[in-house]
Amino acid sequence: MKRFAAYEWIRTAVTIAIALALGYLVLVFTVDDPNEAFKWFLWGPISRVRRMVELINYTVPLIFTGLAVSIVFQAEIFNIGAEGQLFMGAVGATFAALYFPQIPVLHVVLVAAFAMLVGGAWAGIPAYMKAKWNASELVSSLMMNYVAFFLGLYFVNYHMRDLKAGYLVSYKFPETAWLPRLLRRYNLHAGILIAVAFVFVVWFFLYRTRYGYEIRMMGFNKNFARFSGIKVRNVVLYAQIVSGMVAGLAGAVELMGLYKRFVWQVSPGYGFDGIIVSLLARNNPLLVLPAAFLVGYLRTGAYIMSRMTGIAPEIVTTLQAVIILLITAEAFLEFLKRRKIIKEAMKTEGGENP
Amino acid sequence: MSEIAKGILSAEFVYSVLRVTTPLLFAVMGALFSEIAGVINIALEGMMLMAAFWGVIVSAFTGSAWIGMLAGLASALLLALALAYFHLNLRTNLILAGIALNLFASGSTVFLLYLISGDKGSSASIKSYVLPRIEIPILKDIPFIGEAFSGHHILTYVAFITVFLVQYLIYRTPLGLKMRAVGENPEAAESVGISVKRVRYIALLLSGLMAGFGGVFLSMGYVSWFARDMTSGRGFIALAAQALGGKSAIGGMLGAMLFGLAEALSYTFQAIRIPSEFTNMMPFVFTLIALAVYARSLLVKHKKASIAKTKPDVESEV
Repeated sequence: MKRFAAYEWIRTAVTIAIALALGYLVLVFTVDDPNEAFKWFLWGPISRVRRMVELINYTVPLIFTGLAVSIVFQAEIFNIGAEGQLFMGAVGATFAALYFPQIPVLHVVLVAAFAMLVGGAWAGIPAYMKAKWNASELVSSLMMNYVAFFLGLYFVNYHMRDLKAGYLVSYKFPETAWLPRLLRRYNLHAGILIAVAFVFVVWFFLYRTRYGYEIRMMGFNKNFARFSGIKVRNVVLYAQIVSGMVAGLAGAVELMGLYKRFVWQVSPGYGFDGIIVSLLARNNPLLVLPAAFLVGYLRTGAYIMSRMTGIAPEIVTTLQAVIILLITAEAFLEFLKRRKIIKEAMKTEGGENP
Repeated sequence: MSEIAKGILSAEFVYSVLRVTTPLLFAVMGALFSEIAGVINIALEGMMLMAAFWGVIVSAFTGSAWIGMLAGLASALLLALALAYFHLNLRTNLILAGIALNLFASGSTVFLLYLISGDKGSSASIKSYVLPRIEIPILKDIPFIGEAFSGHHILTYVAFITVFLVQYLIYRTPLGLKMRAVGENPEAAESVGISVKRVRYIALLLSGLMAGFGGVFLSMGYVSWFARDMTSGRGFIALAAQALGGKSAIGGMLGAMLFGLAEALSYTFQAIRIPSEFTNMMPFVFTLIALAVYARSLLVKHKKASIAKTKPDVESEV
């Protein structure tokens, strides 16, 4: 595994600092009391236990989608359909929760498995189109997001809708399909444990199995992978399907842990947040954990600020855009790297010629 | 069934196809510029959204639809400039930069909309202005044809005229030649003294300008307000439509009209009480199928070409 060089840490830190500074600047120009708002944004998530729980719960889906995106990005595949895979996974989970046999423990496992199946199948469609006909997975996965959204809403609104609820949601899940709570007083659900476990599962998959090796090889150099006997077409297929399974699971965990029913009438956006998580983590599953936590922190902070001061939390979406741009800008802060390379080159030169 | 047939065979249907094609047509031209110069523009969606938003806001504040339009176009150009700068100067991955700018457009428009109007969903509470419709003198009195082709929004006519201008620009001007050269083989273009960077800057800006027109049309003609994420995937559909049309503006226009037809059809279906979830889905399913069919046909052509190449006697034909 490549070492996460000091240079990358500095870049990440500077990027986040710039994004926060920009956020503050925007508040200065738009709000009467920017300091108050910014305080809530920065410290809100750790100001109460209840809010810390909110932060952890918010981080859970981001870990899953971050992992899902990192799998395809490691293979240099631009499938950005995690949003739709998560949505369909959640719809699948709703179906399984409502209609599968209600056997304790087993029910939860079945719901999760079914959501993974649906998410994987959903990702499989653009994957198949790419592997078989070389159709751009970028455009097709984007289209799949929209199809997932409308198709999912159709299933929920027409077939699983709880008319008594008063708003557009599915029937409530039976208790056998709830994830256990970890704290008695706060709604902290077991999703975080599953998510952390999956960080290691995906790490193991990518770095300790043949399949993961092939994925990374393909991302490293497609032609080299092909010439060394890797069936690139198969890798294209299973990298996306495995990624879709992880994203689908995110939907199931979110519903079983937090809402106990299907609640979305707009797409929740975790899939696109997964892209930024994966980029922050440089597509490394182990780093997805802190990256998801960071993005979750920004989001939760924005929501708390919104509740306390009435500023639209969408401001954080713009900051995320800035983070993506700077993190992926190769030439940003490049002089730091160059200086280091020169320094190291001088050192080795000095060592070789005494 | 007869209701659908009646719906499709009417002048209103033709009118509605042209109307829903308009924003797509602009976006497809935007996609074409970037494709020709070899810099895929995923941020079309965000650029349209930005233009739609600023068009409405500035027209509301100035009381002039035209100034609103200019502001909308300027905002899309700024976003295009950001994309070009990050990709060409800071070497950001083009796709990721595009995704980022889409997020930026979506987030900033909702944030500002809420700040200005106190409503997160739409700008309905703000009085904004729309660009005029145009009646074409003699044409408008011809039955059917008049109803179908006259009385459109001014930008609808601009869109169809633009197609031919774009075709001319790409295939008949030095700039077009440079763009094609840069798209085909940047190293070769550089070696004969073309600045790849400059040409790509121009291509992305032109692409942004087109997306801007599409966005302005959406909020200042198609409807008279801005709504959250109102572009609803048109920028992405445009990428697919452009692919279907190949590297020609005329082909792109046909591609856009095909999608316009699919969208107009979905509205007809909505009228006969098919769930809106299905009709909303139709353009995207249609895009997927079209994409698959197109990719497959390319593959077949490619295979045939490679088989043909191995035969020595047909080599001279290519």
